Amino acid sequence: MWDYTEKVKDHFLNPRNVGEVENPDGIGEVGSLACGDALRLSIKLDEKKRIRDAKFKTFGCASAIASSSALTEIIKGMTLEEAEKVTNQDIANYLGGLPEEKMHCSVMGREALQAAIANFRGQEVTKEDYEIVCKCFGVTDKDIERAIKENDLRTVEQVTYYTKAGGGCAQCHPKIEAIIERVRKEMERESPPPKPDKRKLTNIQKIKLIEETLGREIVPALKADGGDIDLIDVDGSKVYVALRGKCSFCPSSEFTLKQYVESKLKEFVSDDIVVEEVKP
Amino acid sequence: MKTVYVDNNATTRVAPEVLEVMLPYFSEFYGNPSSMHLFGGQVQKKVNEAREQVADFLGAEPSEIIFTSCGTESDNTAILGTLDSYPEKRHFITSRVEHPAVMNVSSHLSRKGYRTTEISVDREGRLDLDELKESIANETALVSIMYANNETGVLFPIEEIGEIVKSSGIPFHTDGVQAAGKIPLNMKKSTVDLLSLSGHKLHAPKGVGVLYIRKGTKFSPFMIGGHQEKGRRGGTENVPYIIGLGKACELGKKHLGEENTRVRALRDYLEAKILEKVPNTLVNGDRNNRLPNTLNVSFEYVEGESILLLLSDLGICASSGSACTSGSLEPSHVLRAMGVPFTAAHGSIRFSLSIYNTKEEMDYIIEHLPPIIQRLRDISPFWKDYLKTQGKG
Repeated sequence: MWDYTEKVKDHFLNPRNVGEVENPDGIGEVGSLACGDALRLSIKLDEKKRIRDAKFKTFGCASAIASSSALTEIIKGMTLEEAEKVTNQDIANYLGGLPEEKMHCSVMGREALQAAIANFRGQEVTKEDYEIVCKCFGVTDKDIERAIKENDLRTVEQVTYYTKAGGGCAQCHPKIEAIIERVRKEMERESPPPKPDKRKLTNIQKIKLIEETLGREIVPALKADGGDIDLIDVDGSKVYVALRGKCSFCPSSEFTLKQYVESKLKEFVSDDIVVEEVKP
Repeated sequence: MKTVYVDNNATTRVAPEVLEVMLPYFSEFYGNPSSMHLFGGQVQKKVNEAREQVADFLGAEPSEIIFTSCGTESDNTAILGTLDSYPEKRHFITSRVEHPAVMNVSSHLSRKGYRTTEISVDREGRLDLDELKESIANETALVSIMYANNETGVLFPIEEIGEIVKSSGIPFHTDGVQAAGKIPLNMKKSTVDLLSLSGHKLHAPKGVGVLYIRKGTKFSPFMIGGHQEKGRRGGTENVPYIIGLGKACELGKKHLGEENTRVRALRDYLEAKILEKVPNTLVNGDRNNRLPNTLNVSFEYVEGESILLLLSDLGICASSGSACTSGSLEPSHVLRAMGVPFTAAHGSIRFSLSIYNTKEEMDYIIEHLPPIIQRLRDISPFWKDYLKTQGKG
């Protein structure tokens, strides 16, 4: 059984904004029956070109329905320029995270939003400049590139989780590998601009928030495994911690740190947090 | 919240009678059956009794029964143990709808340089026997075809298949995990050489299985170790579980009639009511040749995981062949092999019953399922499109 967050469950069981808006200004349709999930997003703008209403219809699993519901909640009230900047990570974060295998549901939400905006502007979403890399799921090189950049993907498996590409016959895996290599080289060359902080925090607020997050999100889970964690120092976006108890000699502690602590701090404190372990 | 468990092809409840006979063999009679002392010897006696119970259930000789740890081990042992006995033969035949315990062994063999043939099925899930006949070659080492499909319940004509295979002098294995306890099995009158069975599918616990090997079948052990199971499967016997499995087989034989009358009637009732109350629903698999307990239905334009989670919220436990439930991106290989259209494959739900199910439980499902499907169809963009094509939108 999937480990869905309470928020995912809530948005699946009580989806917000189901349906189609009347006389929509833009409609975005992505996915298909064959792919196993599909989303039809319709938006209505007010006179200031803000999204006044957004509704969805989705065929898919619980996380696809929850992602669609979250998307409509996120974009309501946004200008089109703001909406354009919404990423799949924003959708996943809104839901308190998605299982990695289900991240493609959040990507589908972002794609539907783009399609709806393009539809409003009268732009054709043509795929002529694109190459279909994954024929099973009709995923283009541009889709894959964008997912790699936005989500810092490194493996074919991750690309499959986020875009579905390569999830069928697997013949395109070498092509996906080549795209990953090329895009990651590009990413290294053009070091990405620093992302704006989620909240403007003073240092003291930041430290407090880190402590709170550690105490609430991380310590209980570590203690369950006989471990613990101490906050040693905070220097800008770098957070120095020391693992205690069983964690301090656990061979997977590096994984624990990177994957778990960092993702929680990024979620609740700031997107640019880097966690470093201080060895005892 | 009450639990309505209709996922018995996944696993079953351990029968109370089974648990009862197992319990003394954990901390009271814990001896090793191989020991020379009486304390171990009395355990050996019970293991032999269990072997007799299993043999009686399968219509086999006790010496033809090997205890294993699970159905997967039995399948792996049957296939790899047979191939090992015919090193010069490098061809393996199976079907496209096998359980992963056979299917992935086939892919493994293919990577190892074996030629493998996977026989196709038709839209009803029936095996193409002509394709089977044409596939058999001099270099064929083994044919492994499941008795009954776990997802659809479709029964293959095992004896007819066996005739074809045996007439070419090739050993024949069948994965009987889903068939055991649901349809009568009699190895004395069968063409099957090797048959796999799993304890937890017939009200014994998880972690015990059986491989039946017909006397005179060439075979090399897969688990190499001590002299247990006459040297055919090393490892100290899982005594309490083996004793439990013996009891489960005794009960299985007794309940066979009920499976085919009362359970079948419950399944047929559930099927008829679902088809009556939910439009655009179709049954997957040959309805005339099917396990009495299994119903696989597809609800068009909705997705299986969503159905399962909403059912689960009401305490109803079923399973699905949709992509999203497995973590893979494609729907079940069985439904794809059958050519079930995508409109239906993603929305397939399997209900698998047992003797513990009641008519009240079926009514509970029948009451709650239609609104769930309607609710998801109301969210689905394709449902309204479909209604429009029907002039109903």
